[in-house]
Amino acid sequence: MNRFFLVFIFFISIFYDLKSRSLQVGSQHPFKSIKSALESANNGDTLLVYAGTYKESPIIIDKKVTIIGIERPVLDGEHQYEVVSIKADSVFFTGFQVQNSGVSSINDIGGIKVYDRRYVTIQNNILLNNFFAVYLQYSRHCLVKDNIITSNAQDEQNSGNGIHCWKSDSLQIIANRIEGHRDGIYFEFVKESVVWRNIARNNIRYGLHFMFSHKDSYFSNIFENNGAGIAVMYTKHVFMANNSFINNTGDACYGLLLKDISDSHIIGNRFIGNTIAMFLEGANRNKISKNVIQENGWGMKVQANCEDNHIYENNFIHNTFDVATNGTLVMSYFKENYWDKYEGYDLDRDGLGDIPYHPLSVYSYVIEQNPISMLLFRSFMVTLMDRTERLIPSVTPEAFVDLTPVVKPYKL
Amino acid sequence: MKKLIGLVIKDILKNKVILIYTLFLAAFGWSVFGLESSTAKGALSLFNIILLSVPLVSIIFANIYIYNSKEFIELLVSQPIKRSTIWNSIFIGLLIAINLAFLIGIGIPVMVFTPDTIGFSVILTGLFIGSIFTSLAMMSSIIAKDKARGIGVSIMIWLFLSLIYDGLLLFFMFQFSDYPIEKLMVLFSSLNPIDLARIQMLLQIDVSALMGYTGAIFKKFFGNFYGYLITIGLLMVWIIVPYLISLRKFNKKDL
Repeated sequence: MNRFFLVFIFFISIFYDLKSRSLQVGSQHPFKSIKSALESANNGDTLLVYAGTYKESPIIIDKKVTIIGIERPVLDGEHQYEVVSIKADSVFFTGFQVQNSGVSSINDIGGIKVYDRRYVTIQNNILLNNFFAVYLQYSRHCLVKDNIITSNAQDEQNSGNGIHCWKSDSLQIIANRIEGHRDGIYFEFVKESVVWRNIARNNIRYGLHFMFSHKDSYFSNIFENNGAGIAVMYTKHVFMANNSFINNTGDACYGLLLKDISDSHIIGNRFIGNTIAMFLEGANRNKISKNVIQENGWGMKVQANCEDNHIYENNFIHNTFDVATNGTLVMSYFKENYWDKYEGYDLDRDGLGDIPYHPLSVYSYVIEQNPISMLLFRSFMVTLMDRTERLIPSVTPEAFVDLTPVVKPYKL
Repeated sequence: MKKLIGLVIKDILKNKVILIYTLFLAAFGWSVFGLESSTAKGALSLFNIILLSVPLVSIIFANIYIYNSKEFIELLVSQPIKRSTIWNSIFIGLLIAINLAFLIGIGIPVMVFTPDTIGFSVILTGLFIGSIFTSLAMMSSIIAKDKARGIGVSIMIWLFLSLIYDGLLLFFMFQFSDYPIEKLMVLFSSLNPIDLARIQMLLQIDVSALMGYTGAIFKKFFGNFYGYLITIGLLMVWIIVPYLISLRKFNKKDL
C-alpha cells in the first residue's frame, strides 16, 4: 500500500510538472506582448521573452511565474510609468533591461517594484535611468542579486534610490552595482537582512542609508565616492564586516556616519581617503575593531554623547587627525590600537607601548571650535602647541587615551 | 658678471659654512627617510625642517656674508663696474650656493625616496623659501648699518614670518570668529611666503581633510591651476621685490 502510494505521488508530481508551460514572447513568437502572455499564463508557468523593446508599461505580474529575458529584451517605461510591478509571491524575474521609469514627487515609481510579496527573486537585470530602480515594500524573503543599476540623477529632489526597501525583512541584497542614484541602498524598517558584495559608487547622496533596520548584516560591500558618504541611523544590532569606505569626500560627508547606532559590531572594514572616516553621534555599546583607517582627514570623530564604545585593535595610518571630539566627556574606550603618530617605546618587548598615547591633537580641538584655523595647520606654531599638549595634556580630555597602544601595525 | 659670480661662489665655498649646511641637510634628509615608516611621512618631516631651518640659515648666512665682504664690495666699486652688476652678481652667487646646498642635501634623498608630486613640491618650496630669504637678507643688510643690527633685523624677519605672523592670524581668527572672515584669512595667509608654501603642501598631503567646509574655501582658491600660478607668482614677488629695494638702496648708498 505504502509503495503504491509513493508511486502515485510520483506520477502526480510529474503530471503536475507537465502542466506548467513555457510561453514564448517576441515578434516571431506566439505571444507578441508580455501582457497577453501574462493573461494566458497560470501559476508556475515560465515566460521566455526574446530580444526586442517592449513599451507596454506598466507590466503587472500578478501570477507566480518565472520570467526570463533572452538576449536582454528592453522594457521601457517611456519616462511615464512604473515599468514592472510584481504583485505575486515567488516571481522569478531575470535577464531584462528595465529603463526610463516615470518620475513623480507623489508616488514612488520604481523600475521594478515589489508590493507586499514573498520569495521574489530579481536577478541579473540591468536597470537604466529609473526613478527608484528596485523597490521592495512589505516584502519578505526576497533576493535581489547581480543587478547593474545606473542612473544620472542630478539633484536629490528629482531622483530616487537604487535599491529601496521599506518595512521588509529577511531580504538578501547581493552583488549589485549601483551608480548615479540618490542613495545607493536605502533601508527603512528592514529587519534581519543581509547586504553582501554590493558596490555603490558616485551616488549623489548616500551610498548606504538605513534607519530603524535592526539585526541587519553588511559584508564585503564597497562604498566609494558618494556625495555624502554613508549614513546609518537609529538602529540596533548592526553587523558590518569587511566593507570598504573609500574617497567619500566633502563637507558633511562621512565614510560612515553612525547616528544612534547601538549594540553593533564594525569589524575589519577599510576606511580610506574620506574627509571623516567614522563619525559617532549618540552611538552606544558598539565594538569597533580590526579596521584599517587610512589617509582620511579625520579618522574618527567621537562626539561626547557616545557611551561605552570599545575601539580596539584598529590601524590608524596617515590620517590628518586620528580622532576628534566636541566636548570634555569621554565614555568610550580605546585599547591596543596602532597609531602611526605614536612616539613611545616598548622596553619589555611585549608589543605594547610602555607609555600611553593621547590621540587627540589639541589643534583638532581648536579646529572643531573654529574651522577656519585649518589654514594654519602644520605651521611651526601649531606643531609647537601640539607637542606641548602631548607632553602635558591640559585642554584635551584626560580620558581620551590609549593606555596600551601597539607599536607595530596589525596585518589587516 | 660671470666672472664676478664665479668669484662670489668660490668665496662662499671657501668659508665652509655652506658645506656644513649641506652636510646637515643631507644627514637629515637621508636619516628621515630611513627612520620613518613611510615616505609620505618622511616628506612631511622634511617639510617641517624646510619651513623652519632653511629660511633661518639662508637669511643669516647671506646677511653675514654680505657684511663680511664689505671690503671686497668696496674694492669692486672702485673698479669700472656698474654697481648693479656687483649687487646682481652677489645675489646670484648667493642664490646658487644656497639652493645648490639644498638640492644636494635634500633634493637627492627626496628624489630617491619619493619621486612623485609630493617630493617635487617639497623641493620646489625649499628652493623658493631659500631664495626668498636670501633676497630678504640682501634687503636687511643694506637697511641696517652695522652687522649686529643687520643680523638682528634678519632674525626678526624670520621670527615674524615663521611664528609671530601665524600667531597673530590665529588670534584674529578667534577674535573675529563670529564674522565671515574666511576669505580675508585666505588673503592674509597668502601674504606670508612661509604660509603660502605650507598651504600648497597641505593641499598635497591633507587633501581629504581639506574637503571639509573651510578647507573647501581655500582649496577653491589655491587648489586649482590658477591658484598654483598665483602661489608661484606671489613667491616670485617675494624674491624680486626685496631684492629690487636693496638694489635701489645699494645704487644710491654712500659706502
